[in-house]
Amino acid sequence: MTTLEVADADWTPEFGRKYMAAFQVMQRARLMENKIGALYRSGGQVVGGVYLGRGQEAFSGGLGVQLQKGKDIYAPLIRDQAGRVAFGEEELDFFRTYLGAAPGPMRGRDGNIHRGRPKEGLLAMISHLGSMVSVVAGCLLARRMAGRLGDAVGATSIGDGGTSTGAFHEALNLAAVEKLPLIVSVANNQFAYSTPNDRQFACETLVDRAKGYGVRGWSVDATDLAQCLKTFEAAVAEARAGGGPQLVEGCLLRLSGHGEHDDAAYVPDAIRHSRLGQDCLLRAEKQIVARGLASESEIEQWAARVQKEIDAVVVQVAREPRPDPYRERWEAFSVRGMVEGFAE
Amino acid sequence: MSLTYLEAIREAQYEALNTRPEVFLYGQDIGTFGGAFKATKGLSKEFPGRVIDSPISEDAMVGVAIGAAIEGARPILEMQFADFSSVGFNQIVNQAGTLFWRTQTPCPITIRLPSGGTPGSGPFHSQSMESIYAHYPGLVIVTPATVDDAYWMLLDSVDLDDPVIFCEHKFLYYHLKADALGGRGLPIGKARIVRPGRHATVVAYSAMVHEALRAADELALDGYQIEVVDLRSVKPLDTETLLGSIARTGRILCVGESFPWGGVTAEVVARITAEAFHLLDAPPMRLNSKDTPIPYHPNLWKAHRPTVTTITESLKHLLRY
Ligand SMILES: Cc1ncc(C[n+]2csc(CCOP(=O)(O)OP(=O)(O)O)c2C)c(N)n1
Repeated sequence: MTTLEVADADWTPEFGRKYMAAFQVMQRARLMENKIGALYRSGGQVVGGVYLGRGQEAFSGGLGVQLQKGKDIYAPLIRDQAGRVAFGEEELDFFRTYLGAAPGPMRGRDGNIHRGRPKEGLLAMISHLGSMVSVVAGCLLARRMAGRLGDAVGATSIGDGGTSTGAFHEALNLAAVEKLPLIVSVANNQFAYSTPNDRQFACETLVDRAKGYGVRGWSVDATDLAQCLKTFEAAVAEARAGGGPQLVEGCLLRLSGHGEHDDAAYVPDAIRHSRLGQDCLLRAEKQIVARGLASESEIEQWAARVQKEIDAVVVQVAREPRPDPYRERWEAFSVRGMVEGFAE
Repeated sequence: MSLTYLEAIREAQYEALNTRPEVFLYGQDIGTFGGAFKATKGLSKEFPGRVIDSPISEDAMVGVAIGAAIEGARPILEMQFADFSSVGFNQIVNQAGTLFWRTQTPCPITIRLPSGGTPGSGPFHSQSMESIYAHYPGLVIVTPATVDDAYWMLLDSVDLDDPVIFCEHKFLYYHLKADALGGRGLPIGKARIVRPGRHATVVAYSAMVHEALRAADELALDGYQIEVVDLRSVKPLDTETLLGSIARTGRILCVGESFPWGGVTAEVVARITAEAFHLLDAPPMRLNSKDTPIPYHPNLWKAHRPTVTTITESLKHLLRY
């Protein structure tokens, strides 16, 4: 298991630029999620539940910025808004899906975090935890078989709870056997819904499992953007260079409920006030100011600009049509003519 | 004291824990948190060590329940949503469903499936899985539609020496209320005529019973008396009661919320056709959800599942024949 510390010497101008870019991704994700949370609470516009990645932006975005859309494959999970922004998913996709607008990528058929554009390498998660890992592996396997894998990688993430599924185990083992360029980021946010880690697994750390699977393991303080960036850069580079699957565990705390319906009263104050409970966004902001990369007022200006964009998107999406059951094509097949009629 | 369908499920689990030391509850977030829907609220405190939080491991959860049952326990498993039981499918159909037949060892486990659609839930938090499990031998499938049945049938399920798939409908959790709990009703395997009628029979179960009753109300305005039968359990399927109803009405529509290919409604129609052809005045009809995954947006969701409107239309068609 590897933990990379970030020293002053790491703060090259190049690293500073990457840090700032990643920070802006995190900031945008946070503002988008704040907006959807507010819309959820005011009622009427959001269809169904809302699931946020607040507090996980450094870890999610830190991976996302290493990936290239058009080349790599990414299967974000429930708390990966920052990774999605980094990968280049449009804001429209986010709001159209949450608000159930017909023009969105899911066209009202699926919602919230279950969105994606598989043809663009952005897979659309199903709810069943653990299920995406093998699918990413399959994408990579097929590309390798077709001789067009190059140095592309596939990445997905999972929570502490999701690591208890058979699907997770089977997929990681398979990917290791095939030595696929797969990055699995485990966002260990201490709770799976209400279930604390001591009811979820008995190993000391989840990254210990890497050895059992025969893959490279990395561990990071996921509230620290610098460490996330440095680690994911190294892990992704290793996968690109043929080093096989990489398991990256990030320790942090979910700074929201499981969904916006949940007040997370089961999270003890002691954990909230521990190092795990630090807000990665605030930490990064302080770092930026301390290192003189930008001033507080510049950061505020960026936020104001992004907020304007977000508000405009929401206004646009609110006016868009919603799905119409009479125009809906009630077919689950891609091939026309496969549908049977059911006598009513 | 009035109680909801959901509270009845909680109360039944309280009663089971209280009266049978072999009972324990196992599932994700069911301990202190009381479950995603609060169906086990407060139970871990009242029964320490017997209401246990599981990891997110449906396959192992079912396996553990089966092992415990072999040792004489009577576990009640909670799936967080019915949809996730697919991950435990192998243990359910191949281990639980075959155990007694292969070894003469009973398998008294109850698996609670929070089932069915609610608006905005999408393809993976809305499924009705009674048909898929009913297809396999060795599993009892119950589908309570009332507060009383939710309570008593859960207790009956725990008492039964066979594996029971307990399909509880999420749409009824809070909507359905009773002023008080009634006495013990019919046993598992017996359907109930909820509303007697003369002109046609609607056979339904779970949440669809209530849609069917509303359709019957609508048609009453046109002077039709529609009989509504609540199957209560889809396996065993009470063919006897259905035949009696057909003998009175001569027309039958079977309504189910699960997908249309095969399943409970097809089974009902097949049995009626084979055993009561001579009693029928019209071809038996069935109505299910559409043959696509369950949509997220309420506009689509409402058109996907049978509703009072589509049931009424189908009945009109049936009555005109
Ligand atoms: C196979 C499966 N079982 C149950 C669920 C219900 N469920 C949704 S999210 C969740 C908790 C997930 O916890 P974790 O993996 O730690 O991710 P986090 O929410 O903490 O980010 C559960 C139990 C599911 N989605 N899939």
